[in-house]
Amino acid sequence: MGVNLSPVWLSLETSVTATAITLAAGAAAAVWRANRRGIGPALLDGIFLLPLVLPPTVVGFILLLLFGRHGPIGRLLLHFGASVVFSWPATVIAAAVVSFPLMYLSVRAALEQLDRTLLQAARTLGASEWRVFRRVSLPLAWPGILAGTILAFARALGEFGATLMLAGSIPGKTETIPIAIYISVEAGEMRRAMAWSVMDVAISLAMVAGMYYWTHLQNPARAGLVRR
Amino acid sequence: MALEAHLEKRLGGFTLRTDFFCGEEALAILGPSGSGKSMTLRCIAGLEKPDRGRIVLNGRTLFDSEKRVNVPARQRGIGLLFQNYALFPHLNVTQNITFGMKAQAAAAREARAKQQIADMHLEGLEERLPRELSGGEQQRVALARALAIEPQALLLDEPLSALDTYLRSKVEQQVIAAMVQLRRPALYVTHNMEEAYRLGANILVLSNGKVEASGSREQIFRHPPSLEVALLTGLKNFSRARMISPGRVEALDWNCILACAADAGSEPKYAGIRAHHVRFAITAEEAQADNAFSCWLARMNEAPFHVTLYLRLHSAEGEGHHLQAEITNETWARIKGQPQPWRVLLPAEDLLLLKK
Repeated sequence: MGVNLSPVWLSLETSVTATAITLAAGAAAAVWRANRRGIGPALLDGIFLLPLVLPPTVVGFILLLLFGRHGPIGRLLLHFGASVVFSWPATVIAAAVVSFPLMYLSVRAALEQLDRTLLQAARTLGASEWRVFRRVSLPLAWPGILAGTILAFARALGEFGATLMLAGSIPGKTETIPIAIYISVEAGEMRRAMAWSVMDVAISLAMVAGMYYWTHLQNPARAGLVRR
Repeated sequence: MALEAHLEKRLGGFTLRTDFFCGEEALAILGPSGSGKSMTLRCIAGLEKPDRGRIVLNGRTLFDSEKRVNVPARQRGIGLLFQNYALFPHLNVTQNITFGMKAQAAAAREARAKQQIADMHLEGLEERLPRELSGGEQQRVALARALAIEPQALLLDEPLSALDTYLRSKVEQQVIAAMVQLRRPALYVTHNMEEAYRLGANILVLSNGKVEASGSREQIFRHPPSLEVALLTGLKNFSRARMISPGRVEALDWNCILACAADAGSEPKYAGIRAHHVRFAITAEEAQADNAFSCWLARMNEAPFHVTLYLRLHSAEGEGHHLQAEITNETWARIKGQPQPWRVLLPAEDLLLLKK
């Protein structure tokens, strides 16, 4: 049994990068969407949430169509001499897309639950919209944003279907832990599959424990904050 | 220093139309819930946009639908005190108070915050979060925060309604002191008529989005223009009425003829008398005077310092009561031993004659 740990690093790098992208995109989408009414935003919601309801293989297939050699984005990238399919960026794209809805939903819920009179009070006190967001909305929505981050990270770490479709299973390049487990089982190497599984459980538990510890240490008052 | 507003705003089936002027003396806006009081304040603070109208504060136009002026809330410089305080739960007392202070040296800001904290008797609470404060302390922090921006006007939206009676009168004194010290337009919204009287030199009565009455507080309470305003200012006793001759009015629901001032105006629709104006005849002469009637006690209610009597006129038989009288414990002690019927007196000078 080899000691090649590349799937571990690949999984971690992929999940961290995907979570960072999701945090920025999901939070931006949620800020834009929060407290906006109308048919347009509602339709967009459907697209935002699609990766959550579709089977990952379907998401992977759609991404393959978009990013493939003949797809609209794939062709654009080819112009610049780049190709993402079956490369490390593909694992990140797959993980980011499937984890996006979880981040988006959590942040949006947190923003919409904010007491509107607090935002109005800040405005009457002379605060610009940016200051209202930074000094009031963000700190108060923080628990929701953190919850979204944890969910998105967990989802990214466990991503399998879309990754296999878009990135394949190239050892040392796109072979994340879930894919390594699948390959091992297919090859009949049950001990190896077991080792990867234990590793995955350990990483997941460590991450969740770390996040939990951090949120409660960060600001005890905030962690215990009870909101109407 | 003055605030002048004419505004109109539709919300579903409800239309708000208000029109008022407020100088350096506080204006109380009195009305039942849903009358548009809070909406009026929100329009002035810039949190809601009126459909039509004009808002001018200390010579500066904040809103003008014709000239398409609509200054955003953050540039209006208006202190708004919310009913539920709206303190920032994640900021401590000092941070809440300094939130709106204009950019200036940190030292200067701190000094001003210290002053506000001292003025509002909040010393020792600087580091506390809002949820670690009592309701009265929270409202004082909110008041300090609104005053810290040196507002051009102060708007108070039922600021005492969430406090218990004991705290209420304490915080009320501080609110009054703050309004007097500010010497700028102050609007005080309430559904409590006594609060309106104590806090506003002038009163605007709103009902269903319309101005029912406006004027000095004495005028509003002494000469309410309509039954609705009279009821909002605490009138408990009224009867449909009909003028018989100058100085004589028939109270139809009370089944009696009332003498009233001859210049009481023409054609009143209602006659009324406030519960604390209802008296009991002391002398035999009083008992036979105009506006003295036989009455029987239907039921009563005792409070620590006064007694409320529910009285039937003319006969002990029948349902309910005609009059509600609020009398001191001393008066109660005097009359309670006497055999009924008692002689109740409705002094002509205290009668309210209402045209609508």
